[in-house]
Amino acid sequence: MAMQATDIKALIQEALPDAQVQIEDLAGDGDHYAASVVSESFRGMSRVKQHQIVYAALRGRMGGELHALALQTSAPA
Amino acid sequence: MADINARIQSDIDTNPVMLYMKGNAMFPQCGFSARVVQILTHAGVPFKTANVLEDAELREGVKTFSNWPTIPQLYVKGEFVGGCDIITEMFQTGELQKLFTEAGVEAKAQA
Repeated sequence: MAMQATDIKALIQEALPDAQVQIEDLAGDGDHYAASVVSESFRGMSRVKQHQIVYAALRGRMGGELHALALQTSAPA
Repeated sequence: MADINARIQSDIDTNPVMLYMKGNAMFPQCGFSARVVQILTHAGVPFKTANVLEDAELREGVKTFSNWPTIPQLYVKGEFVGGCDIITEMFQTGELQKLFTEAGVEAKAQA
């Protein structure tokens, strides 16, 4: 089961309305993505916590229908 | 579930650098697991691996344990450090090496 990049982006922005989200379809197969998420709410958080918030936004799809999402998270510079 | 949590806790308490992965260090069976093995090897620290593909209970258990949906997962001194992306980023910035030093994990002399 593949996911559309727009769906991934929408789920992340639903949880983090201020987030700037960029999604790249790495293999063109709708299954291997790289996402960069920049949100003020990440400030002061560990990377693990930041990624956990993004995974939570994806509501269980990560590791399931979404096999590979390379994540890069940060607070705005 | 309680048993698997106890097993993971004992693994990460006993092994200063513990990697849950797909396959083993010699034959990783997933590109993300392979990358973390490569980084640890390059960093020169001794590490122990567990193959989640051989153990369905462990595969699900470790995800619940860390509240982290994917494999690989790296633990240093009993603390969850991250998956492939975080380890790669920390390695590139030098944070991973610093973490190992601070955790008292000795890098082996590189050949």
